[in-house]
Amino acid sequence: MPFDRTLFAEGVRAALPVLLGVAPFGVITGVAMVASGIPPLAAVLMSLAVFAGASMVASAQLLASSTPVLLVILTTLIINLRFMMYSASLRLHFAHAPLRWRLLLGYLTADNVYGLMLQRFSDRPGEAGKLEYFLGAGVTIWLAWQAAVLAGVVIGAGVPASWRLDFAAPLAFIAMTVPLLRDRAMVAAALAAGLTVIAGHALPLKLSVLLAAAVGITAGMAVERRAAAAA
Amino acid sequence: MTLSLWLTVLGMALVTYFARASFLLLPPGVDTPPLLRRALRYVPAAVLTAIWAPELALQNEVLVLSLENERLLAGAVAIAVAWRFRLTFATIASGLLALHLFDWLI
Repeated sequence: MPFDRTLFAEGVRAALPVLLGVAPFGVITGVAMVASGIPPLAAVLMSLAVFAGASMVASAQLLASSTPVLLVILTTLIINLRFMMYSASLRLHFAHAPLRWRLLLGYLTADNVYGLMLQRFSDRPGEAGKLEYFLGAGVTIWLAWQAAVLAGVVIGAGVPASWRLDFAAPLAFIAMTVPLLRDRAMVAAALAAGLTVIAGHALPLKLSVLLAAAVGITAGMAVERRAAAAA
Repeated sequence: MTLSLWLTVLGMALVTYFARASFLLLPPGVDTPPLLRRALRYVPAAVLTAIWAPELALQNEVLVLSLENERLLAGAVAIAVAWRFRLTFATIASGLLALHLFDWLI
């Protein structure tokens, strides 16, 4: 199958407006990581190897409060479980693509790339050039993200602590959470998780975060089931 | 960079790749369990809130729900801005400005 350059270019063009959101978040991620005390080199390596902003900021914070390595990794897994949901839905489009491409798609599936893919192809799954479109959007967003994090790391290392930019990390999470709260079940999941994490904050090893995730997910599913039963 | 930091980065990369590639790498014909799908829907809201909530409500590991807590107030401003405008940059900028403002007032 020849590589469809037209669709690749279309993916690149579709990604350009999204960069307006990607770039500031990348810069903030870089700044927040360095502000919570992670060495600049580690921050850049993490960005290349992990390529998932929320988990990078969270683990920089956990590392700053000397959380054990295994727990940081486990928390990363929980935060990034949403990608599993994306990969389950991308299977509809790419289950029959060659393995080497699927291996690459797995690395490039960021929130925005997934969003663009759905916008363009969820109504017409049979159309050709999906892989090229995904790669065009994915590579563009990847490049912009890495450049933005690098800029943030460089800026962050020179910012005085009195600017309190470390507070940008929880603010970035708030910016990601609030748009998700579109129905009661989602609100229940967030509320239950927030209350649990505060009630359990004295638990050792930051286990409160994992416990809160479990309680929040359970609460969301319970409210969803009740809404479905009432309907 | 210390060894434990290297291990952290490596471990984070592995689990993140695992989550992203998981279903893409399964052979055709395997279905996603519906219960897992439903549960995964609530992961982002629950986990993200579990990370930011203590940053606002706790001061040195103690719950502080009063006007003395400028992070809580600034967080409330950011939540309101996020709710109204849904813009990442505006949310972060308003929260940081509010933090400095309340810090100065209190």
